[in-house]
Amino acid sequence: MDLTGKKVRLHDMCLRDGMHAKRHQISIEQMISVASALDDAGIHLIEVTHGDGLGGASINYGFPASSDEDYLKAVVPEMKNAKISALLLPGIGTVDHLNMARDCGVHTIRVATHCTEADVSGQHINLARKLGLDTVGFLMMAHMVEPRQLLEQARLMESYGANCIYCTDSAGYMLPDDVTARIGALRGGLNEDTEIGFHGHHNLAMGIANSLAAIEAGADRIDGSAAGLGAGAGNTPLEVFNAVLDRMGVETGVDVFKLMNVAEDLVVPMMDQLIRVDRDSLIMGYAGVYSSFLLHAKRVGEKYHIPSGDILVELGKMKTIGGQEDMIEDVALNMVKERQESRVAP
Amino acid sequence: MKVNAALVGSGNIGTDLMMKALRSDRINPVWVAGIDPDSEGLAKAKASGLKTTHEGVDGLIDHLKNDHVKIAFDATSAYVHPDNSRKLEAKGVLVIDLTPAAIGPYCVPPVNLQEHVGRQESNVNMVSCGGQATIPLVAAVSRVQPVKYAEIVATVASKSAGPGTRKNIDEFTRTTANGIERVGGAKQGKAIIILNPAEPPMIMRDTIHCLTEDAPDEDAITKSVNDMIAEVQKYVPGYRLKNGPVFDGSRVSIFMEVKGLGDYLPEYAGNLDIMTAAALRAGEMFAKEIIDGALSLEAVSV
Repeated sequence: MDLTGKKVRLHDMCLRDGMHAKRHQISIEQMISVASALDDAGIHLIEVTHGDGLGGASINYGFPASSDEDYLKAVVPEMKNAKISALLLPGIGTVDHLNMARDCGVHTIRVATHCTEADVSGQHINLARKLGLDTVGFLMMAHMVEPRQLLEQARLMESYGANCIYCTDSAGYMLPDDVTARIGALRGGLNEDTEIGFHGHHNLAMGIANSLAAIEAGADRIDGSAAGLGAGAGNTPLEVFNAVLDRMGVETGVDVFKLMNVAEDLVVPMMDQLIRVDRDSLIMGYAGVYSSFLLHAKRVGEKYHIPSGDILVELGKMKTIGGQEDMIEDVALNMVKERQESRVAP
Repeated sequence: MKVNAALVGSGNIGTDLMMKALRSDRINPVWVAGIDPDSEGLAKAKASGLKTTHEGVDGLIDHLKNDHVKIAFDATSAYVHPDNSRKLEAKGVLVIDLTPAAIGPYCVPPVNLQEHVGRQESNVNMVSCGGQATIPLVAAVSRVQPVKYAEIVATVASKSAGPGTRKNIDEFTRTTANGIERVGGAKQGKAIIILNPAEPPMIMRDTIHCLTEDAPDEDAITKSVNDMIAEVQKYVPGYRLKNGPVFDGSRVSIFMEVKGLGDYLPEYAGNLDIMTAAALRAGEMFAKEIIDGALSLEAVSV
């Protein structure tokens, strides 16, 4: 693979996707310290919000240590060069949250929908663009549709005003050829000046390979996370990916050694558990389950004495999508009932 | 005796409502107004012998008096409802709003339908499909003891969410959250909506979480929830408890499924039924008031 001379923008996720792995408990001080160190390493774009985006604070997804507004107000003014982005899932957050984030000085808004539901993002993308924000359409669980369908949905977001479209592998299910086909379809079918991005999860340890495939197929932006801190087995470990890109002659503008220091010295010590491909996250990658379900399934499994892997497999069979965390306890309760019935039966 | 009614909006919700209204013993649907001459909804209305127009409310307004229309159901979108409502109310027509525009007071029949009796209201709002499916259960908890926070997750099949719903997704979450507070009785409300594209389409699911101020009275809440479910089942037979109430500290969680009657869209679209059946129930109550002479709205300009 020859990527020599290509330019790629790296977008760090450890303070947003990483919130899933931290049960949304990253402190404001940790946010400031990690974001400042990422800024110093040369990362251009850093995402900060609840793991489920603006307005994600809830029983369903978890209440965060601080509000989105407090996180943004604390982090944005500390940035020297880096810009801050915020995620917004229509159906969870609203344009009110978007306006709040803009007032806090956010540079980029990423409006996320399931890969078949782009038409719920019209009002949000439209407003973000009108406000002059870098506006990204973020198509989640993109493994669930064929490249042609993904392009149709991407075109909708482009028509609302998105200047960048993401193919998001929320389940960490894709293999490099899946990425090549989808990014290739987007690059071939969207306007030339619309940027393309890829967001990976490391559930099958394909984060690096998939992100390279994305660049080769024409991606301009790649998401990853220092030390991989993110949902499931984490995101593409950004310090590793940056080192690989450096070896391959791709320009990222990010210092290889400084970024590895951020990962090792700041992010790894924050982890409540090792971010690795454990059995549950491997099941997610294998069965195509939304990565953010991981810790919820472990907690519910423990409460009802049901193996979390069984719960995840069932959620995959039900074709649940991002946001359906409420079904985790429902599935476990069904399993408890079934197991009681089978015990009572002769 | 029946009261003549007009249906504005010939999409999923309007058409499902029409099919239910044709069976009503209080409401007599006479007009359906849409904006797409080729819509399936208008074709169905014509086939059922109703008068139709594809010019929206404007195509309907001059016929209201001659056709003795007293009640109009608006199933368009939050963006056009205010305009529709102004025109209809000026003609002395009571408007039942099925969009999340929420100009008028909220109506969730098993909780507060009786409160609307005798108030001479000219516009009532049906909150949202998710609101109709969940607010009764928030109220079932809050009538036992104070609820400081309630949150609902409504998941509907993608196929059951038409373009109006999709454009109004923020209005859905806001209006539903307000309804959870004002009608459900929670001090703070939050609503989440998910559209799931699975094939075959999934039946509507609703999860209701409440945080009580003091430790929840498990027996009283369980009884109250079951009573309320029976109340909703009177007009939506497919409203069914899947799991719960689950008690975890001060959290009370209830997991519901809403199967529709399959009038317009198949049974999975319980979100249509719970909305249209609730609106029709409200309409029937107002029709009774009109028949009894207790409610008479005056045309502002004739």
